[in-house]
Amino acid sequence: MTEEREALIAAVREFADAELAPNAARWDAEKHFPTDTLRRAGALGLGGVYVREDFGGSGLTRSDAVAMFEELAKGDTAIAAYISIHNMVAWMIDTFGDDVQRERWVPGLTEMTDLGSYCLTEPGAGSDAAAITTSASRDGDDYVINGVKQFVSGAGSSAVYVVMARTGEPGAKGISAIVVPDGTPGLSFGRNEQKMGWNAQPTRQVVFEDVRVPTTNRLGAEGDGFGIAMRGLNGGRLNIAACSLGGAQWALERALGYVRERETFGAPLATNQSIMFTLADMETELQAARALLERAAAKLDEGASDVVPACAMAKRFATDAAFNVANTALQLHGGYGYLHEYGIERVVRDLRVHQILEGTNEIMRLIVGRDLVNRL
Amino acid sequence: MKIIVLVKEVPDTYGERKLDLETGLADRAASESVLDEISERALEVALAHAGSADGVEVVLLSMAPESAAATIRKGLAMGAASAVHIADPALAGADLGLTARTLAAAIRRTGFDLVITGNLSTDGSGGVLAAMLAELLEVPNATALSSVEITADSVSGTRSTDDRAMRVSAPLPAVISITEALPDARLPNFKGIMAAKKKPFETLTAADLGIEPQDLSVASSIMTAIAEKPPRTAGVKITDEGDGGTKIAEFLIENRLA
Amino acid sequence: MTDYPADAILVLLETSPTGELAKSATGLLGAAALIGTPVALAVTAPGRGDAQALAEQAAAAGAERTLVVETDAVQTQLTVPQVDALAAAAGAVAPDAVLISNSIEGRDIAGRFAARTSAPIAVDAIGVSRDDEGVVARHSVYGGAYNLESAATFGPLVVTVRQGAIESRAEARPIALETLELQASGAEATTIESVEAIEEASSRPELRGATRVVSGGRGLGSAEKFALVEELADALGAAVGASRAAVDAGYIPANHQVGQTGVSVSPQLYIALGISGAIQHKAGMQTAKNIVAVNKDPDAPIFEVADFGVVGDVFTVVPQLISALAERKR
Repeated sequence: MTEEREALIAAVREFADAELAPNAARWDAEKHFPTDTLRRAGALGLGGVYVREDFGGSGLTRSDAVAMFEELAKGDTAIAAYISIHNMVAWMIDTFGDDVQRERWVPGLTEMTDLGSYCLTEPGAGSDAAAITTSASRDGDDYVINGVKQFVSGAGSSAVYVVMARTGEPGAKGISAIVVPDGTPGLSFGRNEQKMGWNAQPTRQVVFEDVRVPTTNRLGAEGDGFGIAMRGLNGGRLNIAACSLGGAQWALERALGYVRERETFGAPLATNQSIMFTLADMETELQAARALLERAAAKLDEGASDVVPACAMAKRFATDAAFNVANTALQLHGGYGYLHEYGIERVVRDLRVHQILEGTNEIMRLIVGRDLVNRL
Repeated sequence: MKIIVLVKEVPDTYGERKLDLETGLADRAASESVLDEISERALEVALAHAGSADGVEVVLLSMAPESAAATIRKGLAMGAASAVHIADPALAGADLGLTARTLAAAIRRTGFDLVITGNLSTDGSGGVLAAMLAELLEVPNATALSSVEITADSVSGTRSTDDRAMRVSAPLPAVISITEALPDARLPNFKGIMAAKKKPFETLTAADLGIEPQDLSVASSIMTAIAEKPPRTAGVKITDEGDGGTKIAEFLIENRLA
Repeated sequence: MTDYPADAILVLLETSPTGELAKSATGLLGAAALIGTPVALAVTAPGRGDAQALAEQAAAAGAERTLVVETDAVQTQLTVPQVDALAAAAGAVAPDAVLISNSIEGRDIAGRFAARTSAPIAVDAIGVSRDDEGVVARHSVYGGAYNLESAATFGPLVVTVRQGAIESRAEARPIALETLELQASGAEATTIESVEAIEEASSRPELRGATRVVSGGRGLGSAEKFALVEELADALGAAVGASRAAVDAGYIPANHQVGQTGVSVSPQLYIALGISGAIQHKAGMQTAKNIVAVNKDPDAPIFEVADFGVVGDVFTVVPQLISALAERKR
């Protein structure tokens, strides 16, 4: 790691230690979305880690970003994961927006005074994302949007919603990416979902009833939306995987502390060989996941041709490995691991959903498998 | 206006801190090194003033081993304009007199209107450096300030000692030290961290400053003995026979804990 | 010209805002008597009649004589008047060492004086002694983990002495007062614009980072009785901690919890009252430098890590401890 990246990561670690870790349990219990803390994350430069610098981005690489998200997640996995989604939105507008659009939305997003939400999944279209039915029909210089988006992180608190809506033919080619600002008439939200984890960030439906926005809110050309959504997800998958890694690494460190302290049958747990084997496997899995993740991030940075399967592979492997490590850390804690106050069960709950979102791990296998088969 | 902030790298108090029993110097490998929190607060005082007045230049000054450069750079990331790092193996283990003479030479070389230091560093030494520097630089010392106001030609503030609080003021140039009552430092952001790489960072030796570290004609303080407090042995356990409280008091007094 | 003792140790007397001899002075004179003949220096404002009283008190605490410098500047200037006086006194007395209280004022005076006279300085000494080659200062560093000794290569050593560290007291001597003329150095000083005495701060230190912690457990029995823990903490200037059990029982808010899921502390002194010492509690406090425990149960695990343990009733042992401490203060 270069001295500069070390300094950047140290700053993120300091932020996570000071601002996230002490509050993570309370935010989870009270289902509190800490928008003030997110603004401080923005001041640090976390609002647009790999957004260009001219409108306030930090101009860093994906490799920097994965290292940062891992550190953030050690403080609070659910908040780190939200920041990763926010970054995906900021990057999409920065990358696919024109300068007028960038000037309008990017500064607030990078400062995190404005939060961003990504609206792709629908009640009837999850893994089969090209089947979305939310429609944006042309009316003069406006789009009129109708439909419902499901599982939207940050919904109700965000200033900017990037919405994938159908502007043309069925299938992937008929989809456009449209920015809908908060407060637009006809935009409303469902209730905050009761979830297993990720309690510190709200998840709601976003409902569009004749929501009218100018066509100049569209990112890229008409019909580019699906491609934009998928390209956003490449980085999103790496960041979520990095969040998994951070949460699991934290759980492993807690478990290590516990087995050194805890005595059973007259000796510390850590002297028990079966415990040692378990710890060794946990560490190995996490290091392997990190290696895969760093490799995929490097490919994304250099624009390698096999970036899609590389990201999918890393996401699948890291989120599975991390969940298992966190779950094992809970087991090593015995009954204490099941108590809220030890924090381990929260990480297990938070990490579970990483195997489902940003493309389920089954879809990740599909991407990797198709790539393999098509190569022949 | 040029403000020089003295910054110090110290072993992190959250980790285990060790001294080398051969040299009596801090064992830097034993614990993580950080910018002393009080140094950060001193820097914050300077940066806050730089933010509210025109033409204020904040310079970091540190006398520390080569390895402290990254820690000093954190001060640049927070917003200081440049840094002067006196790194010279011959200065390792320098006593307070040599430290003060060396720092004073560097301060004179850089030029200054105000020098700000922390009142006490967490690694224990000192609390006397600000006064020593003031004497060597022939300027007033205003130490242990819990509030600071800086104008173009003066510095004033509240100085709280154990039993009294006073308002003090001094014309510039001056040396002040500040207490932890002053605000915590700002966090450096990514832009600051990246900009820090491009800021002037001067590394000096004692010779550059005309200081002869081994000058035996100057009296110095030397360490004559060092011992680690013996590891915890099986403690004493007594049963209260009506004098348990007194026995504890004796234990505390004997061990200078009360 | 007066004849000063060949083994003179110059002691700078600190005074309270009202002009009386500060408590620290007795310890300084006691320390000086261990290594030579104490010669005291008092710097006071003229016309207040402090000089005689100070000389009397200093003699009672062991000063061979008291040099008095009277100057108005002491009321309007920071540090410099005392340094000028000290320089004049040191010039006349040629002491083997100069002892100054390790207070904020004392450190400033010591620092400027050492820099002015190119004298080596030893800071925050907890003891002094003399060997064949001169005066040696003893220090305790890194939260008491190490003991160091330091000495001057030659010439007098300037020592700031930690307040309350010196137990030794010197025998009283007859009163001898000498007035010393001040040669003002003209060094630029900070102006004192106003002064007010402050009341003894009653607020307790914060648990995290405290140098002393007194913690209570379920053995205290109730929130009302937990006040005993606070009383001892205040007597020691310590922060208040608690075991998980005491927090759960509602004796004290959760932010006082010491342990695996609470605050981890590493103080110089940790006193555990009515705490059994479950592993979860020990994880948060066993790096304390000194651990004292009081518990009714002789098999309580807390005794395994205690340097000093008393098997007994908290409600008889602790009040006795508090009054023993109060007695010592008087």
